Amino acid sequence: MGKTATDWVLFVVLLIGALLMSGPFVWMIATSFKPAADVFQFPPTLFTADPQVENYVRIFSTIPFGRAMANSLVVSVLVTLLQLITCSMAAYAFACLRFRGREVLFLIYLAALMVPSQVTLIPNFILIKSLGWIDTYQGLILPYAFSSFGTFLLRQYLKSIPAELLEAARIDGASHAQIYLTIVLPLAKPALGALAIFTFVAQWNNFLWPLITTTKPDMQVAIVALATLQGQYNTDWPLLMTGSVIAIVPVLLVFVFGNRAFIAGLTTGAFGGR
Amino acid sequence: MAPSLVAPTRVKLTRVARAEERAAWLFLAPSLVLFAIFTAIPVISAFFISFTQWNLFNEVTWVGLGNYLALAGDEIFAKVLGNTAYFVLVSVPVQIVLALLCALVLNRGIKGQTFFRVVYFLPVVTSTIAAALVWAWLFNSNFGLINAALSLVGVTDLPKWMGSTRWAMPAIIIVSIWQNLGYAMVLFLAGLQNIGKDVHDAAALDGATGWDRFWHITLPLLSPTTFFVLVISIIGSFQVFELVLVMTKAGPANATNTLVYYIYQNGFQFYQMGYASAAAMVLFLIVLAFTLVQYKLQRRWVHYG
Repeated sequence: MGKTATDWVLFVVLLIGALLMSGPFVWMIATSFKPAADVFQFPPTLFTADPQVENYVRIFSTIPFGRAMANSLVVSVLVTLLQLITCSMAAYAFACLRFRGREVLFLIYLAALMVPSQVTLIPNFILIKSLGWIDTYQGLILPYAFSSFGTFLLRQYLKSIPAELLEAARIDGASHAQIYLTIVLPLAKPALGALAIFTFVAQWNNFLWPLITTTKPDMQVAIVALATLQGQYNTDWPLLMTGSVIAIVPVLLVFVFGNRAFIAGLTTGAFGGR
Repeated sequence: MAPSLVAPTRVKLTRVARAEERAAWLFLAPSLVLFAIFTAIPVISAFFISFTQWNLFNEVTWVGLGNYLALAGDEIFAKVLGNTAYFVLVSVPVQIVLALLCALVLNRGIKGQTFFRVVYFLPVVTSTIAAALVWAWLFNSNFGLINAALSLVGVTDLPKWMGSTRWAMPAIIIVSIWQNLGYAMVLFLAGLQNIGKDVHDAAALDGATGWDRFWHITLPLLSPTTFFVLVISIIGSFQVFELVLVMTKAGPANATNTLVYYIYQNGFQFYQMGYASAAAMVLFLIVLAFTLVQYKLQRRWVHYG
């Protein structure tokens, strides 16, 4: 087989793969337009004869889903902003400044990446509960206001800034705060963008922590509201699929517009360490 | 880790260096506070809580190794460990091999490379809860699309999927592979693109066939990526939880109960904080052991260029 023939076969294989990968999304969207009775047909059909948008109205009236979406947005945006600040500050210290204990502290931050989040789950839950922060935004946000991963990612990037550039600014009398704000942050924009998209997506999809730290429907984030919906309407597939579609749209939008930056962030995590 | 805790060094620092040191700690301050409160202290606390019995309401009782001994004799926990091992041992190799194959094909410069990369990556950014919901619907044994398709091609003994002790775990594994494949693929693609074309050209000139080049050039040069993918895939799979929660609630008969689900059950449904913490420490130790063993073994097969 020649190279072009092989490429054609492989192209078809990839296409079938793409159908399998995107199939569940198509099925999710198709089901969201079906009337409730339609889903108990056998064999099932992809497109209903009677498409309707009723599910998209119903989901906002059965549960406070609009509020849940707003909660997700507030939490994800604030967590992202806070991480950009705390991680970039820490990364600046690790990458551009000299101080005693730098290597040890960096190793401690890195070691934390090895700890599964379920290990800290219970002590953090007890802490938030004893502070009276169940069902509060601070309880949802503050535990995620800093991340070792973000610090690591930004530090790798900041290391590539030539030391002479920072030295020159210092000789000109710039303070560390000025250097950080006017030189380092603007230069780090690509890495900050990657971290922002990565953090937003991870936080939007975060589930276990908001599940255990919220009890009121009004304080639930979208993903938790979706899981709760399953408990209440476990055979109302059109409603569940509608909720799923709405809950994943913001993340898909962010990903489609920032997919280059997102993947750059992931691969920096993988290859920056060496 | 506050600045005052740093041992005074005998070397006299210059005024500029002292200022730089002070600035460094100021820049680190926000991260240090948050890291101490939400990571460092909780890790240590989790260790101590695992030696106690506590339901959040009564007094805390010190039980020494009691929780660990109870775990050792807990039949469900034994089953949970077995299920988790089954999940990890099947999903990780399949996912890695498929991801590598996809990456190799895409790396040939095939038409629509960007399109395929985005489509294969979509499940990675999708909420696991939403993904699990649609798959639970697809795997529904009465009205689901998968059994409809199977009966179309002539399968008569249709699996009951999430309702069967035999097929529930395979269903979860399939969804997990679907969701994580794209992540490993993107990492492999980046790794492949790091291998220069000239290496292949040189080998081709020397008369190496496609297979030779794959086994003796691509695979060894890709091994640092493979190592990274392997480590994070294993760490990630040990933490499978949301798929179990939505698709099976650990059933039927605990056939899909996994480590993190068991921690969640004991901690947040039975309020046994000590017991759940002990199980979490076991998870930590397993993940740590696997990672350390892989770092030890990497010298045998990972080639850094």
